[in-house]
Amino acid sequence: MKTTNIMIVGVGGQGSLLASKLLGRLLVDEGCDVKVSEVHGMSQRGGSVVTYVRFGEKVYSPVITEGEADYIVSFEKLEAARWASCLAKGGQIIVNTQEIAPMPVIIGNAEYPSEILGELTAKGVRVDAVDALSMAMEAGSAKAVNIVLMARLAKHFEIPFEKWVAAIEKTVAPKFIALNRRAFEIGYHA
Amino acid sequence: MKKLLIGNEAVSRGLYEGGIGLVSSYPGTPSTEITEFLSKYDDIHSEWAPNEKVAMEVAFGASLGGVRSACAMKHVGLNVAADPLFTMSYTGVNAGLVICVADDPAMHSSQNEQDSRHYAVATKVPMLEPADSAEALAFSKAAFELSERFDTPVLLRMCTRVAHSQSVVEVGERVAPEPKPYIKNGAKYIMMPANAKRRHPVVEARTEALAEFAETCPFNRVEWGDREIGIITSGTPYQYVKEVFGDRASVLKIGMPNPLPKRLILDFAAKVKRLYVIEELDPVMETHCRVLGLDPIGKSLFSPIGEYSQETVAAAFGLPKKPTVSPESATPARPPMMCAGCPHRGMYYTLSKNKITVLGDIGCYTLGAVPPLSAVDSTLCMGASVSGIHGFNLAQGKTAEGKTVAVIGDSTFMHSGITGLVNIAYNASNSTVIILDNSITGMTGHQQNPTTGYNIKGDPAAKVDLESLCRAVGINRVRVVDPYNLAECDRVLKEELAAEEPSVIISRRPCVLLKYVKTAPPLRVDSEKCRSCRRCMGLGCPAIRIKDKKVQIDPTLCVGCEVCEQLCAFGAIGKGGDAQ
Repeated sequence: MKTTNIMIVGVGGQGSLLASKLLGRLLVDEGCDVKVSEVHGMSQRGGSVVTYVRFGEKVYSPVITEGEADYIVSFEKLEAARWASCLAKGGQIIVNTQEIAPMPVIIGNAEYPSEILGELTAKGVRVDAVDALSMAMEAGSAKAVNIVLMARLAKHFEIPFEKWVAAIEKTVAPKFIALNRRAFEIGYHA
Repeated sequence: MKKLLIGNEAVSRGLYEGGIGLVSSYPGTPSTEITEFLSKYDDIHSEWAPNEKVAMEVAFGASLGGVRSACAMKHVGLNVAADPLFTMSYTGVNAGLVICVADDPAMHSSQNEQDSRHYAVATKVPMLEPADSAEALAFSKAAFELSERFDTPVLLRMCTRVAHSQSVVEVGERVAPEPKPYIKNGAKYIMMPANAKRRHPVVEARTEALAEFAETCPFNRVEWGDREIGIITSGTPYQYVKEVFGDRASVLKIGMPNPLPKRLILDFAAKVKRLYVIEELDPVMETHCRVLGLDPIGKSLFSPIGEYSQETVAAAFGLPKKPTVSPESATPARPPMMCAGCPHRGMYYTLSKNKITVLGDIGCYTLGAVPPLSAVDSTLCMGASVSGIHGFNLAQGKTAEGKTVAVIGDSTFMHSGITGLVNIAYNASNSTVIILDNSITGMTGHQQNPTTGYNIKGDPAAKVDLESLCRAVGINRVRVVDPYNLAECDRVLKEELAAEEPSVIISRRPCVLLKYVKTAPPLRVDSEKCRSCRRCMGLGCPAIRIKDKKVQIDPTLCVGCEVCEQLCAFGAIGKGGDAQ
């Protein structure tokens, strides 16, 4: 069994922690060896954040480097482009089309590259660009963006829908299960 | 049961299973979760101490009192606690004592990249180093027995990638030994010269015994593969080596980096064709190999700077790079920044506007250094702002005194700012200190501290009264301001800088991310009134941006703090205005 590499990237505070927790839970239940690596601390304060999820028969390194990621799940458009060099040949990007301006853009020292996903598509990269924020709001909360994106990722896996939902139920607090289940369904069937 | 745990939770589980009775720590990335997870066990005592030295001495006292104990800190925390550690090496322990220290190669959240293994060598204390969560659990659990068997504190070295990576572990049962009796033994525990002189040879003999133990101990192991390449490695670099080579190289995996074995290494070296040492940061194992007369390839090929990865290892061995794609357009950097509604922002804006020299400190508020506020002049270590401003003002003279402040957070002030303030009062320094009191230890992820009124479990605790404390050490001018009120900040800052005596300004408002803090609805910009003067942009608030030459406020980020509203000369920002 080949090791599969997933990167979850975004802006500090966007909720990538729950996404990696969900994936970890699901994959351990599937009997895989799993490593999940993220960096806490300073990078959480609105900075660029990245979580590595690797699974397979035996996983050694906790990190993913250039040209290795089978999937990049990005919570924000610019972040998808920033980490694109980590994508393996034939890899898939799943990206929330939300734009969050970084400080150099906020203070007018740089432009937000709004057309950047097109540049990647032009180079043959498979990009699934979704308005996960609107879908999450439709489900009931902007905070469910993470689950919508996980649903988009789930479509690429052979693990059945019900198992994903079961993992969600084990990962989130009971009062948020209905909301997250809705978000997962919306993302999965969109 | 199989569980996916981060390294730090695995350490806490290992310490728990190993029979820990007490943990005392000061938070510090990437070590904080060790103590946080331990605090969830109700059958042990857990606490936050004001700093690492206090924490380590509490743990020492508990060990002396017969209970297995531990403390956890980041690498620079060990500098603070180095004083007790050097002499605890001499006293040894009663019950087992484990000191967890987390290094931060690549400085994800630190001010330097020091290698804690040097402390193990310098203090002559054994050190264990796990490479994943399963080892983190096993090594922490075994550390108590090692500590008691060799009568020594044991250092457990973590690094960011082990501390904050989750991997699969099998949890076991807790085995808590009966507390040991305390027997008065001055020759062992009173380190005055006559006794210490008799303890030093004991330390040397212990090191020899530990070195012998290292030859066959379960922490070090050989994984034979192809013998063309032999690699001595430890910690996460072991994982990168295995990722790249699998069994196409032989590996001597070191789990106890101090003291290092002799025969084990010489035997391994003799059986491989080319010998490499792959270790992050300093050449500690490589130097040991050289002392043994070997000539391994180490830092001539691998940098002493930053973290490694499988890519680093592959590149060093000349293996081909994997193909990559990148967009043509530049991707603007996204540095960390103060959150929307951060209470530090109003005070930093005031300092920046008045062109004040700011001696900074360690915490979220270090982020006041980045543009557009660019308000901070120096950041050294915990507490250095308060001590440093006194020296700076003496060196620069009268003109500097009215243009210079020290800034320090509430938790950092408790940690090691107080002594600096005592010095300011005692030596009649005309210095102004600003305590940025956001009522929590913020940067490490919201830990309670002696100023918050709650302990590690969230139960009510004695609360340090900062105003009374400052007065008690001899500061007569103590002012409190609300950093959301820019006019008040400006007025009080000017008054205190003008005063011809030491003063403290407490800039008080709780961290906006605290659950109990109620935020207001987002503000809006009236684009008819906005003249695009960009004055509000000077705050560096992540919720404010320019699009199509007009200011916009992101309603998903804005918490309605109204600081930008106070800056707008045209009344364009408020609760009304355009919808986004």
